Amino acid sequence: MRDALTEPLVAVEVGRPPAYQQVRSAVADIATLTRRELLIWLRNPAFIFFTIIQPVMFVLLFRYVFGGAIPVKVRGGYVNFLMPGIIAQSAAFASFGTAIALARQLQRGVIDRFRAMPMARSAVLLGRLSADTMRLVVTVLVILAVGYAVGFRFQNGFVAGVLMVLLAIVFGVVICTISGFVGLAIKDEESVGSFGLVWLFPLTFVSAAFVPIQSMPGWLQAFAKNQPVTTVIDEMRALALGGPLGLHAWQSALWLAGIAAVFVPLAVRAYRRAT
Amino acid sequence: MTTSGAQPTWDGPAVYVEGVHKSFGEVQALRGIDLVVERGHVLGLLGPNGAGKTTAVKVLTTLLAPDRGRALVEGRDVVRSPEAVREIIGLAGQSTAIQEELTGRENLEIMGRLYHLDAETRRRRAGELLERFDLGEAADRPTRGYSGGMQRRLDLALSLVSRPAVLFLDEPTTGLDPRSRLGMWEVIRELVSSGTTLLLTTQYLEEADELADEIVVIDHGKVIAAGTAQDLKNRVGGDVVEFHVVERDRTAEAVEAVRALSGSAPSVDADAGRVSIRVGGSGSSALVETVRRLDARSIHTEGLGVRRPSLEDVFLALTGHGAAEGDAPASQARRGRRSGRRS
Ligand SMILES: Nc1ncnc2c1ncn2[C@@H]1O[C@H](COP(=O)(O)OP(=O)(O)OP(=O)(O)O)[C@@H](O)[C@H]1O
Ligand SMILES: [Mg+2]
Repeated sequence: MRDALTEPLVAVEVGRPPAYQQVRSAVADIATLTRRELLIWLRNPAFIFFTIIQPVMFVLLFRYVFGGAIPVKVRGGYVNFLMPGIIAQSAAFASFGTAIALARQLQRGVIDRFRAMPMARSAVLLGRLSADTMRLVVTVLVILAVGYAVGFRFQNGFVAGVLMVLLAIVFGVVICTISGFVGLAIKDEESVGSFGLVWLFPLTFVSAAFVPIQSMPGWLQAFAKNQPVTTVIDEMRALALGGPLGLHAWQSALWLAGIAAVFVPLAVRAYRRAT
Repeated sequence: MTTSGAQPTWDGPAVYVEGVHKSFGEVQALRGIDLVVERGHVLGLLGPNGAGKTTAVKVLTTLLAPDRGRALVEGRDVVRSPEAVREIIGLAGQSTAIQEELTGRENLEIMGRLYHLDAETRRRRAGELLERFDLGEAADRPTRGYSGGMQRRLDLALSLVSRPAVLFLDEPTTGLDPRSRLGMWEVIRELVSSGTTLLLTTQYLEEADELADEIVVIDHGKVIAAGTAQDLKNRVGGDVVEFHVVERDRTAEAVEAVRALSGSAPSVDADAGRVSIRVGGSGSSALVETVRRLDARSIHTEGLGVRRPSLEDVFLALTGHGAAEGDAPASQARRGRRSGRRS
């Protein structure tokens, strides 16, 4: 064996490939990881349950069980009131998969393996995000189809309807950044599964998603009225059913941009540190 | 496969580590580690739980930046050119990084895609590795249903997709049953015979003895010994007298009886009632003396005999505690080896 201390060695310099090549290979890696995550999702009954079956159950439950008892002043009745709310709620809960999958992959060493490979650092998180976005599109469209089957109709034209769907997806993606951070910060699949997403319950249920805020006690109204989920749902309702668009649009944009501005860097930092 | 142009030549060792320190807050995981692995050699990094093995591997595979010191892999600095290091290494970490929802073949082919192999090469490579690691039959089943040994083999296969020049295996057999362990050794030996440089960590002395050309023993973040298995055994000097006490509760008494035969305290596995005494040189005269003393107190033994020192003895001689006890103080360690592990 050589004596490490008596023989100073000079490291070799290795040139990096040109920028365009780095971008091209990063894009290829993101595409590969997107496919990988979607394949995992399709093979995992629990993920399918959370992103498809549970939302559909919620639609039916609220439409037929609770719906009759919730009076709303909306054209077309409760089902029209409900659908934008339930779409937003489901989009938020779909981020459960993001948190669980990240925590699991971190815990199992999958992410360490990726990071020891010649791959753009950003590829793992971006691949995840792009797969989650596609998943969200599927979730939202399935709920919408079920909604149509149980009587929901857009009241405000096609373009506004499409915008509502887009807003729901953007909202879901932004919530994914919070969940992604939670998953990476907690790093433990079981903990994430049991309490990593409790914050989603007050946020989605103490909102305008299922009931008019006026029906809540005063002290809750203050929170429910001003929190981001309500703001986004109000805007989605305005798009789906008609009504003033301006105010909620701004508020939603600010909220979503604000959340992303806080949680994207936090998630990236947690990703860098976690090992 | 590599994205950089011409490969710079390097005639130094495949792995070179100099004075590497790494702390996690208060915990000093590495306190000045030096390592050299020559090309085509196998280095066994041996140490108990918490010794710093995984931390060392993570520094070498660019997953953790050292606080101080230098680490080169094929001459490439892990801090200054981590991308260049990642291009030539393979890693199988302490926990298997396979994705359980995917089949063995899918796991391998996705890995090939991430190394930018073309479709044909990707498929061929996956097929080759599945065959080589005896996973052909299970290739198209989700890996969730694989046994521990199969998962480990697939994990190793994953780290070989890119034909790495230097391979890092962190406790490749921990948690495997003896049969799977032997299978894994076979696979690793074959791999090494094809010229791959390998750094492997282990808590098992016999594993390092079996697989490694050179062994570096670390404890509490420091190298405490280095050399071939034979070098290390010579260090203990002399033979080991060993016996089992029939009446387990008289083990302490037996230890008392033979204590004076050696300069160092006998090591004891209380659960098995086993006592090992390192005797300087003359094994047979010490054996006679042992028999005499135990007989005088009517302590019955079985399996009494002399043997050459094992690496376990080396470890005891070097650290004052057995390999399995980790941070346990020497006195406590004498209560015997536990099989618990995992960081
Ligand atoms: N991320 C971390 N944060 C804090 N402490 C850590 C971290 N990683 C390792 N340590 C500590 O550093 C020390 C060395 O850990 P390391 O994982 O390198 O040991 P090891 O030799 O691999 O042990 P094992 O056989 O249990 O895998 C231990 O005391 C461990 O608790
Ligand atoms: Mg370890």
